[in-house]
Amino acid sequence: MTDTTPTREMAPARPTWHVVLVRPETMTLLLIIIGLVGASILSPFFLDASYIMRSFTLTAEMSIVALVLTMVIISGEIDLSPAANMALSACVFAWVQDAGVALPLAVIVGLLAGLAMGALNAFMSIRMQLPSIIVTIGTLIFFRGLAQIIAGDRSIRVPESFVGINAVMVFGVPLPVVIFVLCAIVLGLVLGTTVIGRQIYQIGTNQQAALHAGINAKRIKVGLFLLLGVVSAAAGMMAASRLGSVRYDLVLGGELQMVLMAMLGGTYIFGGRGTILGTFLAAWLLVIVSTGMTVANLLPAIQLTVLGILLIVAIIATNFIYARTQR
Amino acid sequence: MLKKLLITTTAALALTAGNAFAEDIDIVFVGKNTGNPYFDSLTQGFVDACEVIACNFEFVAPATAEATSQIPFLEAQIQRGVDVIAISPNSPDALNQVFDSAREKGIIVLTVNGDITGNEEHRDATILPTDFTKVGADQIEMVGSLIGYEGEVAILSATTEAPDQNFWIEGMNETIANDPKYANMTLVATVYGDDQPEKSTTEMEALLANFPDLKGVIAPTTVGIAAAAQVVQSRGIADQVKVTGLGLPSEMRDFVKDGTVDGFQLWSPYNEGWLASHFAVGLKNGSMTNEVGATFEVPNLGTITINEGNSINTQSALTTFNADNIDDFDF
Repeated sequence: MTDTTPTREMAPARPTWHVVLVRPETMTLLLIIIGLVGASILSPFFLDASYIMRSFTLTAEMSIVALVLTMVIISGEIDLSPAANMALSACVFAWVQDAGVALPLAVIVGLLAGLAMGALNAFMSIRMQLPSIIVTIGTLIFFRGLAQIIAGDRSIRVPESFVGINAVMVFGVPLPVVIFVLCAIVLGLVLGTTVIGRQIYQIGTNQQAALHAGINAKRIKVGLFLLLGVVSAAAGMMAASRLGSVRYDLVLGGELQMVLMAMLGGTYIFGGRGTILGTFLAAWLLVIVSTGMTVANLLPAIQLTVLGILLIVAIIATNFIYARTQR
Repeated sequence: MLKKLLITTTAALALTAGNAFAEDIDIVFVGKNTGNPYFDSLTQGFVDACEVIACNFEFVAPATAEATSQIPFLEAQIQRGVDVIAISPNSPDALNQVFDSAREKGIIVLTVNGDITGNEEHRDATILPTDFTKVGADQIEMVGSLIGYEGEVAILSATTEAPDQNFWIEGMNETIANDPKYANMTLVATVYGDDQPEKSTTEMEALLANFPDLKGVIAPTTVGIAAAAQVVQSRGIADQVKVTGLGLPSEMRDFVKDGTVDGFQLWSPYNEGWLASHFAVGLKNGSMTNEVGATFEVPNLGTITINEGNSINTQSALTTFNADNIDDFDF
């Protein structure tokens, strides 16, 4: 027993600094710093906290949804329909409100529409055991179609009193940014410190093992889909408030940006790994990079190229880091 | 009152500061999307103008023409502190809030080549290619001149609901009915190709079959005129049926060169950029005022009047393209 090759049990514990620093979120943070420096060099107009926050409000709704989506992905599922859900919920809201329903009631109707969409996804993905990627590609198209039936090819105005959530300031910070930060804190605590949070990781890592350990995987996943549905609806109505009108093509293609945020933050697409902090940082990273290039008047082609490179770098780095730390 | 005061102050400043002041005017044009030859031509108008009069010009545009894709670009221009934002809006209402915050910062917002109809109070002025009320009459004159003001004429339009086309067709009908100059011309049919090449081709062939004495076809849509010209070209009947309408020089060049089409019309997007930059600089240095009824001179375009709703047209009549000038246009 003296001279055998070391087994995994015998491997030395990782030093604390290693545990704290060698993780995907560190990479995201580093990219943010590089982005800030690079954008400041590109344009003298960039480094202005109020401008960066104002720019963040343009994607704050999607970022909020991406936080919940991160939890869905960690649990081993995927949902590609939240952006379409945002559009349909907002259209339903604007439509009933336009038809004379009182504003608070219209908001509730919008939220219920989002809940119903989440329930539909949950029913097909969890109850019927269909792959969620296929199910939600289907519902993504279905929700957009319904939104177009409701709104047609025109925009529905929302009442003046509802317009301007992004102009509401809380201690100098736009309200959508505040909501995003609060959501990140709450969801981060749920995922990182509660029993349900640990169970979500376990389901995503190995669903069979989780079931044997007595975890009700179905119930947790259904809950996540429902939460995502409601949050998407709320985000859709926030977008309606910011834009002052609603169209069926609201945040068209937004689902890719949401998945991109999760991936850039180090969430593993097949589940089991990832953090809210990572997605939180990635949302800022995307805003900083794209805002920096936009204010420097760079062509969209260059912007897309840079974003593509960013994603590839992030995926390679994340895989490398996970391989090094063996989880 | 305040506006007047502001204008006089700016004018005074401009007088004292002279040219140095004018050189500081930054104009940015936010296009609908990138890679659109129509807007390349419009942008060139800005570029050329800013070489003559003192202004700095930049063009930006999102990758796609969605309703909200221009917002980050507008926010960026506000942050850059430009003086004038010219924009071809992708949405009639989703940009209102951003326009408002730009104007609060003292930025002049001009919509170009398209307006935010119904939300005009959120921009300073709009620059549109031509007076749409005259398009119908211009087109009748065009086809009349090609067929010797005599014979049967038909219209090949876009969709039955296309608002611009329907407005122009209304004008054509009125012109032909009321103007004695066109008394010997009759409008025999109006058909719709839905702006699809195949359907437009079928409708054009049906016109030729149903009206053997047809002398002229007006297609006030770029898809329709190209399809109609294609039919006439392949049948070799350019001498009997004259095709005209509204088309893009880039798409119609070959038909004009081989004699299939003698002439067609459109406006010049180039002039919109040219006028917008002159107007923007004029507003900023105080030599022009943005008041309904005011007039100002623009080189090559003559006297321009600000119409109701602070709307400005670059040209009073359509530009006619024919074999002599088609090579001068590349959009």
